Amino acid sequence: MSELRFEDLTVRYGATTAVDDVSLVVPTGRIVGLVGESGSGKSTMARAAVGLAPVESGRILLDGEPVPLRGHRRPVQMVFQDPFSSLDPRMSIGESVAEPIPRDVRRAARRAEVARLLDLVHIGSARADARPSEMSGGQRQRVALARALAAQPAVVVADEITSALDVSIQGTVLNLVRELQAELGLSILFISHNLAVVRYVASDVAVMHRGRIVEQGPTAQVLATPSHDYTRDLLAAVPGTTRRRSPR
Amino acid sequence: MTGTPSRRRHLSALRTPLGVVTALLAITVLVLAVVAPILWTDSAKAVDTDDILAGPSAEHWAGTDNLGRDIVFRTLVATRLSIELALSATLIAVVVGLVLGVAPQLLGRRAGRLVTASINIAVAFPGLLLALFFAVVFGIGATGAVLAIGLAGAPSFARLVQTMVAGVVSLDYVAAARTAGVGRFRILVRHVLPNVAEPLVVNATIGAGGALLAFAGLSFLGLGVQAPAYDWGRLLFDGVSALYVNPGAALVPGLAVLVTGLSFNLFGESIAKAVGVPTQGTALAPRTVVAPRRSTDHAGPATEAPVGGTDDVVLDVRDLEVAFPGADGPVQVVRGVTFAVRRGEAVGIVGESGSGKSLTALAVSQLVDDLGQVDAERLRFLGEDLLTSDTAARRKMLGTSMAMVFQDPMTSFNPTRRIGGQLAEVSRHHHGLDRKQAMARAVDRLGAVRIPAPERRARQYPHEFSGGMRQRAMIGMGIMGSPSLIIADEPTTALDVTVQQQVLDLLAAIRREDDVALVLISHDVTVVGEVCDRVLVMYAGRIVEDLPAADLATAGRHPYTQALVAAVPSMDTALDEPLAVIPGRPVDPADVPPGCAYAARCPLATERCRVEDPPLAGDERGRVACWHAGEPIEPMQLSTTRTDVP
Ligand SMILES: Nc1ncnc2c1ncn2[C@@H]1O[C@H](COP(=O)(O)OP(=O)(O)O)[C@@H](O)[C@H]1O
Ligand code: SF4
Ligand SMILES: [Mg+2]
Repeated sequence: MSELRFEDLTVRYGATTAVDDVSLVVPTGRIVGLVGESGSGKSTMARAAVGLAPVESGRILLDGEPVPLRGHRRPVQMVFQDPFSSLDPRMSIGESVAEPIPRDVRRAARRAEVARLLDLVHIGSARADARPSEMSGGQRQRVALARALAAQPAVVVADEITSALDVSIQGTVLNLVRELQAELGLSILFISHNLAVVRYVASDVAVMHRGRIVEQGPTAQVLATPSHDYTRDLLAAVPGTTRRRSPR
Repeated sequence: MTGTPSRRRHLSALRTPLGVVTALLAITVLVLAVVAPILWTDSAKAVDTDDILAGPSAEHWAGTDNLGRDIVFRTLVATRLSIELALSATLIAVVVGLVLGVAPQLLGRRAGRLVTASINIAVAFPGLLLALFFAVVFGIGATGAVLAIGLAGAPSFARLVQTMVAGVVSLDYVAAARTAGVGRFRILVRHVLPNVAEPLVVNATIGAGGALLAFAGLSFLGLGVQAPAYDWGRLLFDGVSALYVNPGAALVPGLAVLVTGLSFNLFGESIAKAVGVPTQGTALAPRTVVAPRRSTDHAGPATEAPVGGTDDVVLDVRDLEVAFPGADGPVQVVRGVTFAVRRGEAVGIVGESGSGKSLTALAVSQLVDDLGQVDAERLRFLGEDLLTSDTAARRKMLGTSMAMVFQDPMTSFNPTRRIGGQLAEVSRHHHGLDRKQAMARAVDRLGAVRIPAPERRARQYPHEFSGGMRQRAMIGMGIMGSPSLIIADEPTTALDVTVQQQVLDLLAAIRREDDVALVLISHDVTVVGEVCDRVLVMYAGRIVEDLPAADLATAGRHPYTQALVAAVPSMDTALDEPLAVIPGRPVDPADVPPGCAYAARCPLATERCRVEDPPLAGDERGRVACWHAGEPIEPMQLSTTRTDVP
């Protein structure tokens, strides 16, 4: 399908440089993990890719062409972190999912597409009329994925889509991400601060620290032989890897 | 079910006495506005030359005016014009305010700023002054007054709309629409306006009351309605000139203005209040008392007395229940929880959201809000019975000996006060230190929770701290005294993994140094397993397993415990298989099934499970509530179901 390429990207908010001359490639049909602490610039990269952040310099290319940020055709789609603010509470989930479908598509076809997408994310087309308030966080995140897919994207940017969820629900969303990638051949930029999660979904990983990418490579390799101190910190911080029970 | 929840919330406004009274008044006035001119125009016009400027009598209840016309009838008939004028003015204010308020969203950045600045300037002028100014500009008369009051009200609506729009626009669903290629105008119509409509209508109702009063004011000054037309203000104006002859001539229209204005105003306020309350319809129901306690059929043998004597026990909880009023009677969200925490012990509580973890903690720390009904057979902290009525001495004891740390430290601090001052206040309040000593202690404690440059940081405001630092400051506040127990509810959930580690390290260190007991609540079993000695697993308001943390990863006996552990990806999760997930949804506390609450999601469930509720039975390894505790679960059964997962 398509390759997303950040070339020498710099984004500034006032005096702070959120992203500092970063280059990163999400190859066709692969999931690339982007890890780093909050404030390290991960979300800014994501938002820049969909035109929600002010790019100071550098380019974001889709198959060699600048990513279109105007008009109705948006081949890069984003899924957001907070499942409680990412769906309009006044719209049924079917309406939300239908929103990115091109407007010239006829009504019956739209409805069929919404049903197909809701089935695809295992919500079930029967629930198209449900309100977000009737859904759990995990279900909302899957609806948000369906909405992103409705735009028929070549690339999906997933920004911390499981970190607001209970761990018991996180698994359903991660399974879905892997499934969609395999079935649809999507390219995905998967952002997280949890290395165990990234390890599970991403074939490649880039580590971000203070606006720069400090290390990148195949996930297995980076995790086995981390070269940067910050990567080692992240590895040590995976929940469940340390024991601090005081001797009693 | 379009809009049902919000409609239910509106209706709940009608359950307050004020809501009912003002609603009835407002409706009466609206009905009068329609029917009064039809019924009584002639009576109001009738000139009674024998009774000019007469006082109250059986014929004319409030007397007559200078042409001998009946004041009561004239006041009734004037309802329509008064209401019409007030509503038109409100309409103008809302429409102009709406246009100005959304303009910054539609215009480019620079033009938008200009509009915002103008609105801010206009808001700064007193409304009445603006109204007078416009009244003079537009000329004397009803139309001029409508325009004047409408335009004078517009800036505050514009400001309101602007704030609300800015709030909605910053939400992710608007960003999502934008990245989906939806245009600005369409976003406004589809997403923004529907989400600001409700508060806008409520505020317009409040505004209508104000407009009514303003009108009366203008007419009274002679700037509004001109004879022969008359509204309440005009009647008031005429009445006042005859005040000493017939006070009723001024009093009756004055009263009409006052009552109507207030009823609109207060009706709007009571809706606003009802709508602002998060829980639908239930929040305003009166505090419900829980039905008499059932006998404690869930206390297993090991729950009778805390293990290892009682001297050592910091916290002793037996058969704790918490209930909230619901649509159909009280809803039990904590259903009989029994546990003890010993000196220096770290106990974890895990479970999915809604399983009652937080409420258990809140009940222990006496922080359940007023609607919640807390009940227990025993609730003792440091030997003190917390079930007896609250006293100042006990609050002080809790304040010094028990520390709470919440998930979101931003909401636990007062954003307008410096961190140091907020910490110091604890010691001045509870430990009787003077200002200087308390501040020194605050700086010392900020250092103890490893905040760099504590002296400088103490002078900063909460928003100047990062999330992790705020959380550490919160813990610092907890150890201003020398607590025996720290209760931390999801203290790291909002934090990054690296920061999470620092906070967990800190909690572990404090515990080690001062032998402080810790209750750590989390939805993540791995977090709890890292820090705690013992773990309580909660499901549907009950403890379903109580086990040593060391057993958590491999030796959990309850199927739910095992499912929670399996659901978390670790650094050696198999990459070629789907992650295990827990099928189905957590139990709705308002609708707990008979038998084992976990049965619908349990791979081991049998007929017995669906009928008989398993008791929490204790043995040397801990406690577990399951008919099939410890029976092996096939890996296939730790479900990876694809459809209808939560
Ligand atoms: N103030 C409240 N009023 C009514 N219900 C509440 C209130 N607080 C919590 N609940 C309900 O109590 C149940 C348990 O909540 P909670 O203790 O917060 O669970 P947890 O901490 O395990 O996520 C949930 O169903 C929740 O909706
Ligand atoms: S009692 Fe039955 S349904 Fe409940 S957890 Fe045990 S096996 Fe499952
Ligand atoms: Mg909670």
